[in-house]
Amino acid sequence: MRYTLQKLTTMLITLVTISFLVFLSFHLIAGDPATKMLGTEATPERLAALRTEMGLDAPFLVRYVRWFTAFITGDFGSSYSYNMPVSAMIGDKVPITLTLTFMAFLLIILLSIPLGVYTAKKANRLIDRIIMVVNQIIMAVPPFFAGIILTLVFGLILRLFTPGGYVSYKTDSLKFITYLFFPALALALPKAAMAIKLLRSSVLAEARLDYVRTAYSKGNSTNQVLYRHVLKNAMIPFITFLGMTLAEMIAGSIIIEQVFGIPGLGRILLTSIANRDYPVVMAIIILIAFMVLVVNIVVDIIYGLIDPRIKQRDFLSLRSLERKQRKSKASFGKNVEKMPFFRTVKRLR
Amino acid sequence: MKKPKNYNLIIGGSITAIMLIFMLTGIFFTPHDPNTMDGGLKFAGASFTHPFGNDNFGRDLLSRVMTGSLTTLYVAALTVLIGTFFGVVIGALTGYFGGIIDEVLMRINDTVFAFPSILLALVFVSIFGSGRNNVILALGIAFVPSFARIVRGEFLKYKKMDYITSARLAGAGNLRIMFFHILPNTFTVLLPAVLIGFNNAVLAEAGMSYLGIGVQPPDPSLGRMLSEAQPFLFRAPAMALAPGIVLILIILGFSLLSDGSMKSLSAQSLQNRGNK
Repeated sequence: MRYTLQKLTTMLITLVTISFLVFLSFHLIAGDPATKMLGTEATPERLAALRTEMGLDAPFLVRYVRWFTAFITGDFGSSYSYNMPVSAMIGDKVPITLTLTFMAFLLIILLSIPLGVYTAKKANRLIDRIIMVVNQIIMAVPPFFAGIILTLVFGLILRLFTPGGYVSYKTDSLKFITYLFFPALALALPKAAMAIKLLRSSVLAEARLDYVRTAYSKGNSTNQVLYRHVLKNAMIPFITFLGMTLAEMIAGSIIIEQVFGIPGLGRILLTSIANRDYPVVMAIIILIAFMVLVVNIVVDIIYGLIDPRIKQRDFLSLRSLERKQRKSKASFGKNVEKMPFFRTVKRLR
Repeated sequence: MKKPKNYNLIIGGSITAIMLIFMLTGIFFTPHDPNTMDGGLKFAGASFTHPFGNDNFGRDLLSRVMTGSLTTLYVAALTVLIGTFFGVVIGALTGYFGGIIDEVLMRINDTVFAFPSILLALVFVSIFGSGRNNVILALGIAFVPSFARIVRGEFLKYKKMDYITSARLAGAGNLRIMFFHILPNTFTVLLPAVLIGFNNAVLAEAGMSYLGIGVQPPDPSLGRMLSEAQPFLFRAPAMALAPGIVLILIILGFSLLSDGSMKSLSAQSLQNRGNK
């Protein structure tokens, strides 16, 4: 519980930092919103009136606090170009992007766990070699190009779906899900390939350890050992990777939405960037950051559930570990070496 | 014992070399002018004079892919250069000196790191506007945290080692220790990271240009070629396949090279340890 609380506090601090940085940078460049709304020919009196109305004459910090408190209560301000509340503009788009991301996420798990374990089981045999070569190539495919190829093959040649035939989840949720299948696949494929490679190497590394021999000697079959014993331990770097991937996929879905003509958060973000509609851009960016942070928290909590050792280790937090290292030279490096996979994952990125 | 061949390095190196030749040739020679339109050749298939066929304006696809990938190379190389340079400087300073600056910078770094880099680049572009140089700047800044983090970790590891103490006893100053004694040792970690960073830069640039907020016309770009090709996907698949496959080859080459270099560098350091 304390562990979770600690994580939540860190998340809140990060969220405040992000919102402050975003607000600051948009404050510095956005220019005067009042001029933007009324145009350059507005009279100074009207400008001044609008500024007071929007609270623009207050000092920067006051405005930030005002904006932030409004933001957490769900009031994201109003759009410059459409003159409507941002929350109304993006509210019904959030589920679309989230569904797409989570479908892609499910696909990654469904593809990579069986294939990762299978290739590790058949390591260095012909079938493993073939899968890994194909895998390496798929890893190199940019998601939006994967989307284009899927459109070409399944949409235009095999006619399994209609490109651009998006159906809103409000009219028909089944058709909505089926339309999202191929976009999700395009988003998932390159990441799934990376996940397979990671899981394979992490299963292989685990398989060398003593407890695997013990498990075999107790009479377990290969599959039992792989799925009940090895996979559990091999999952930890895999989950780190999935967490990072999920965060990237939320952002990556912006591009995929464009490929398949899905009116999600991505489209609004792009048009708002083009129109310099900063309240909308800010709201979407902070929303995405929020989702990313939530994902990170969930990953951390899952860690603790899967491997209680991490909870204790992490409770000290990495930073205090470093402090300890500075104090005692003897223990230096040990703690870093305990987490070899963290480094692998970072390199994979 | 015979040393096992590092196929990743060999294959990745060859693909990268071929792609580099392909891209660099585009500086001084393309088979046709990439912007000349020929109405008679609209959507023409592959032929002897136009090996990849022609696009919707009858422009030669091979020439366009060549100049487009050159832009990609330029953007990616400069991005990685900016990211590595500032990443190394920040990582070295924070890792070596520690203290309050380290705490603050690393907190900011963590914050930025939690952010997907393409989103960060989108923020920068929405602030500074699109265009080739802004994309380079945006992506470069977006890549600084990941490099800083790696370099900082390495500096933390090395600064406590005995050889640093002896260097200090020998009278070496902080800057000398940082850049002559520690920095060369971070190379084994930095090189694979740079290669992967290059890939991420290629991907991000292509993605942003695809969205229309990256490189702007008249600069050619693989990402924009892909988005231009999409309406004609069924009629002229080559328009999308040509730039897409070039992108895949670039990324494949560099990722294999990165894997291979990681493997051979770690093998090397193992050997060195054995010799001691």
